[in-house]
Amino acid sequence: MRAWHFSETAYPYLPPAESYPSIRVSLPNRNYDPHKGAALYDRYIDEWLIAEAEGVEIMLNEHHQTATCVDPAAPLMLAALARLSTKARLLILGNPIANRRQPVRVAEEMAMIDVLSHGRLEVGFVRGVPYEILPANSNPVRMNERHWEALDLIVKAWTNHDGPFSHEGRFFNHRCINIWPRPIQQPHPPIWVSTTSTGGAAQVGAHGYVQATFLTGFDTTKRIYEGYRKGWREAGRGNDVPIDRLAYAALVYVGDSEARAKAGAEKLLWYVQANKVPMHFANPPGYVPVAMNVQLVRGAHNVVSSYGTKQGTVEGAIEAGTMFAGTPDQVFAQFKKHWDHVGGYGHLLIMGQAGFLDHDDTVHGIRMFAREVYPRLKELYPDTMISGLAQTTQAAAG
Amino acid sequence: MNGTIVKIAGVDLELLEMNGAGANEGRAVLFLHSGQGYDPWQAFAGQLALQQRVIAPSHPGFGKSSLPDWLDSVDDIAHLYLELLDRLELDQADLVGCSVGGWIATEMASKAPNRFRRLVLIAPVGVKVGAADKLDIPDIFAMPQEEVAKLVYRDPARMTPDFAKLDDDELAIVFRNREALALLVWEPWMHNPKLKHRLHRVDAPTLFVRGGNDGVVSADYLAAYARLLPNARSLTIPEAGHLPHLEQPQALASAVRAFLEN
Repeated sequence: MRAWHFSETAYPYLPPAESYPSIRVSLPNRNYDPHKGAALYDRYIDEWLIAEAEGVEIMLNEHHQTATCVDPAAPLMLAALARLSTKARLLILGNPIANRRQPVRVAEEMAMIDVLSHGRLEVGFVRGVPYEILPANSNPVRMNERHWEALDLIVKAWTNHDGPFSHEGRFFNHRCINIWPRPIQQPHPPIWVSTTSTGGAAQVGAHGYVQATFLTGFDTTKRIYEGYRKGWREAGRGNDVPIDRLAYAALVYVGDSEARAKAGAEKLLWYVQANKVPMHFANPPGYVPVAMNVQLVRGAHNVVSSYGTKQGTVEGAIEAGTMFAGTPDQVFAQFKKHWDHVGGYGHLLIMGQAGFLDHDDTVHGIRMFAREVYPRLKELYPDTMISGLAQTTQAAAG
Repeated sequence: MNGTIVKIAGVDLELLEMNGAGANEGRAVLFLHSGQGYDPWQAFAGQLALQQRVIAPSHPGFGKSSLPDWLDSVDDIAHLYLELLDRLELDQADLVGCSVGGWIATEMASKAPNRFRRLVLIAPVGVKVGAADKLDIPDIFAMPQEEVAKLVYRDPARMTPDFAKLDDDELAIVFRNREALALLVWEPWMHNPKLKHRLHRVDAPTLFVRGGNDGVVSADYLAAYARLLPNARSLTIPEAGHLPHLEQPQALASAVRAFLEN
């Protein structure tokens, strides 16, 4: 089991939410004070390094035109962390390659960071949330096709060492690909992909990449992991999927008392509560399949654009499996319940800072997790464990 | 009225044909629908069919027409429809296009100007005539649906469809149309930068039409578009928004029939 400290480097000093229609895409940047922003960057980097000192790995991501995540060029932050940290694995989750015009440039950036960090890079590729479409001026139709063409091309750019090759694909064209530097890790850094659909997960499983899913709770996560295992097996990777192929991102806050944990957890909910986004940004045409849009008109819940109302409270979020919060014993029990329900995973992506959770409380949460919970998880869930063992055993018996 | 599927260049095209009693069999008009797709119950095309044969395809990705992986532009559709005319053995036809259908029409005419006797372009998009720092066509995908409805209809309360009343198949077509429209118009937004340099060849008599309350295609845009064609004139239909063929079908049909008849 590996745990990762994930910060979205949020900028929380905003006017009342009633005064703007959207925290993403269209909120004017006059609301951003660059001096306050600089202090926040300092602080968030310190928190990553404290997590590293506590034995927790480092994770970051990328969003655009939003106060929720002021990291529009994650490779830049990653480059800084590559030099400031010394031992943690560095996970970028991820590069929104369906929204980037040059996959080869992404391959170069990631290879450079792998070298800068002496081989500590873990490279994630994400389709990107729907509100990334307009900032990237990216066509929401056929994103999945662009994503996979770009990913395959990036892997080829990393692993080809014999001089220029060309690529004339459906979406990307390059006549002379020959990147310098090439990655340290061979054949390439570990690859992660995030998806929210079972079909997407099957595709990730077929490739054997690490599958991550964010705040998908109990049943959706279970379906996604089942999709992954199915894709893995059908691609001939064998029957057993090691848990280190699967990752789950949750809001996590561990306190030394129930009261302190509750207070910290309340502040973490900023992730959910501040995400005010109107439907035209949250569901651009073509982002979700036609059949899903029909279901949405009929009242279905949109897993992509909203985290659901009952998750707006600490109790509701814990019940939904999107948050693990409390004393070390409570968090351990909540985690185990979720882990058992979904069939097991080997990476916990800890959304451990949000909004107004200040430095001291953030550090308290990191340390309490790292010292009081993490050792128990590592002991109970070694990386070599097999995911979905219950299902596998049933299938064999049946 | 009957709907058939015709295979053109690997695309399954849904085709509706109307031929009213007493219509001039020798003359055909290709009716190219807007981004909302072809609604067989709309009155406008039926009015045209009283006078001549009307052929109304659903664009690729719209209605029941297929959308192959390779197809992603209005230009692709223009080529496809020229091939459709070959298939139908129509050496010459009239073109009537609404909004994005008007764009398809101007692309077709720019490629084969001699093939079209007359063009009617109803609130067409497809060219960029204004400043770089302002969209010529408002970004209908970056605003709430209620705001879009205000731009599209003179009377949104009367005209906005109630999605909840549609069955699943009809609703699926609504979303399919929306997705196909996005694919075609996303970038460059609602235009082909090359088109305005090709339109001088289109010398067929052309009628540019817009609803007086159209919030999508402005009067200035329509006038600038019309100036790109050597033989164009313009008409405003009062009491209508971006889709006058839906809001004022009779008035529009009378004007279009008169234009095509002359």
